[in-house]
Amino acid sequence: MAFRRVVVTGLGVISALGPDTAAFRQALQAGRSGIGELEGFSAEGLSVKVAAQVRDYDPARHFDCKRLDLLDRFSQFALVAAREAVTHAGLEVAGDRAGVVLGTGMAGQTTEDETYFGLYAHNQKRFSPFVIPRTMANAASSQVTMEFGITGPGLTVSTACAAATHAAGLAFGMIRSGQVDAALAGGSEAPFCLGSLRGWEGVRVMAPDTCRPFCFDRRGMVLGEGAGVVVLEAEERARARGAPIYAELAGFGMSSDAGHITQPSEDGPARAMQAALRDASLSPEAVGYINAHGTGTNANDLTETRAIRRIFGDHAGRLAVSSTKSMHGHALGASGGLELVATVLALHHGVLPPTANFTRPGEGCDLDYVPNEARRAQVDAALSNSFAFGGLNAVLCLKRWA
Amino acid sequence: MDLAQRVIAVIAKTQHLDAAKITVDSSYEELGIDSLDGVNILFALENELDISIPDEAAKQIRGVRHTVEGVEKLLAEKAAGAA
Repeated sequence: MAFRRVVVTGLGVISALGPDTAAFRQALQAGRSGIGELEGFSAEGLSVKVAAQVRDYDPARHFDCKRLDLLDRFSQFALVAAREAVTHAGLEVAGDRAGVVLGTGMAGQTTEDETYFGLYAHNQKRFSPFVIPRTMANAASSQVTMEFGITGPGLTVSTACAAATHAAGLAFGMIRSGQVDAALAGGSEAPFCLGSLRGWEGVRVMAPDTCRPFCFDRRGMVLGEGAGVVVLEAEERARARGAPIYAELAGFGMSSDAGHITQPSEDGPARAMQAALRDASLSPEAVGYINAHGTGTNANDLTETRAIRRIFGDHAGRLAVSSTKSMHGHALGASGGLELVATVLALHHGVLPPTANFTRPGEGCDLDYVPNEARRAQVDAALSNSFAFGGLNAVLCLKRWA
Repeated sequence: MDLAQRVIAVIAKTQHLDAAKITVDSSYEELGIDSLDGVNILFALENELDISIPDEAAKQIRGVRHTVEGVEKLLAEKAAGAA
């Protein structure tokens, strides 16, 4: 059976860079970071001081109060981004020929945190029946199916920092094989609650200043939040209806490190990139840009650089690699969605987003990281890398639609 | 405030409805209250009146009057228990 081609026809984003895709694109092209002082937490001794939070967000502008009772912040973000993507695509998605595949790492942890505070601190005896439906990992995906009347496959992928990339890859496979004609794919995350912040603090990977991927003075990651959702569609159907086509999603690769629960490896990411290229039937030389996982931790940035060198050989010196986490932060299960949109925008507009906050390259970080300033460049193919804690790796391969 | 009014106030608050539009004769169906909303109303009533509504009783509630009567009975039992 011949595989169908899959294209991206709608983009939706809510992030620290603003409320929609236009604001996201503007910030990426200006190299403007959304990282700022952590707001809303005054816990004594909390070492996490900076964050990439969604600011000036009023849920009541998006949802009526009855609906909000059932929506944790991570579901709200998913719905906001999904609405934008569907509007962009101008697609009627209702029915069983469309699916929803969304990623999340922490799901409704804010709701959980508030609830358990009532239990442990105040000996609260009764809980709202909304706690479970708000908290469950599939809440966002379910809410999106309900919003649009999508009755085809719906599922949630939870692979930490790679969740949205895995989600988009699975949706891609479903369209390619003919299971559905279109899908909403991406991820959402709202990890800002005290319990989660303390947990991240405990891992000792949080930067106290800002996120400087691949730099000599990088001090770790900066937590972000939001959602990135795209509309994926079978190419022949998108063309038939005259849809806007932003890029082709041409390949997907996955691998597991089978190594350590937090330490990344060079081998797993390399194999995932290779698998994505093979899936897209592309040679490494065809790739002009990589949206790196680029968390800003010591371990990731070095192993990712080495993995890129291993797969791309001499060509590694000629391609551009940037980490947009320097601007939208590390939004965990949403980050792959944000970065997929960033990669699609780069291909579509011919502007590669920079690695912001760049000082000097770190030891062993010897690639072209597009420091601080966006670059005008028409590239034909790009990768979007996501490597999760626990060594579960996912890479998407996109092609410029010409 | 009598008990019916208190129950109506709780329903109005949890359902984001105007209390003036709710009477003891309103059914949950007319008010657009589904089963999960119904459970949420019971949760709010338990907190408001400091009672415990058994799961079995909770399954049978269909309207405002029924809710008020059930709550009344539970309050009476509680008062008897305390006496």
